[in-house]
Amino acid sequence: MYVSVQNEVFDFSKEIEQFSKKLNNVGALVTFTGIVRGKKSETLDFMFIEHYPGMTENQITSMINNAVKRWNINDALVIHRYGKLEPGEPIMMVATAAEHRREAFEAAEYLMDYLKSRAPFWKKEVINGKEKWVDATVDDELALDRWNKF
Amino acid sequence: MVDLIYFSWIREKIGKPSESIETNATTVAELLEELMKKDIRYSEVFADQDLFRVAINQELTNFDASILNAKEVAFFPPMTGG
Repeated sequence: MYVSVQNEVFDFSKEIEQFSKKLNNVGALVTFTGIVRGKKSETLDFMFIEHYPGMTENQITSMINNAVKRWNINDALVIHRYGKLEPGEPIMMVATAAEHRREAFEAAEYLMDYLKSRAPFWKKEVINGKEKWVDATVDDELALDRWNKF
Repeated sequence: MVDLIYFSWIREKIGKPSESIETNATTVAELLEELMKKDIRYSEVFADQDLFRVAINQELTNFDASILNAKEVAFFPPMTGG
């Protein structure tokens, strides 16, 4: 397991190379990278992410442990940034490794859904010089429901 | 003594990231009542319990939870990671 909560920009190709070197007996490797986008018809100056040091790492670790148990994945990686992020920069990435692709894809989606609304991060957007905290959406919560329907 | 920690717009509206307080409250709900009586900033922030969440000792919990073993109680809006 690799968990990093960091301010620095990361290079996802290097991260995935390192992660994949340690894997054994894996048939599927799924990766997802979230990127700061500029808003349509508005200009995002930058994004600011705040987090709860300590709780963030613990929450992510327990999400990964749940994913390992549920899908029997071999390993997982989560990197999530905080601080000031410019448009086009990576925000976070998830990688999951499993014997088969279905487990790897589902575990990656599960981790992304939980990171969105159970890892203690809060995003603020600065658009044309105006600051605004990003609101959580009903869809974010609904996304978690589907993992509880088994 | 218990440490209160605030994040996002709650931190901004209260005007500080954290504070240590003495309290007689035994639950989160009682603690909130106590804070809301103390200052209008707290009553504005904590008036609507649908708008924020609570964690005790870095674990998400609910407003009925006991704070008797709490070192750290954090208040924050719904998370927006990912």
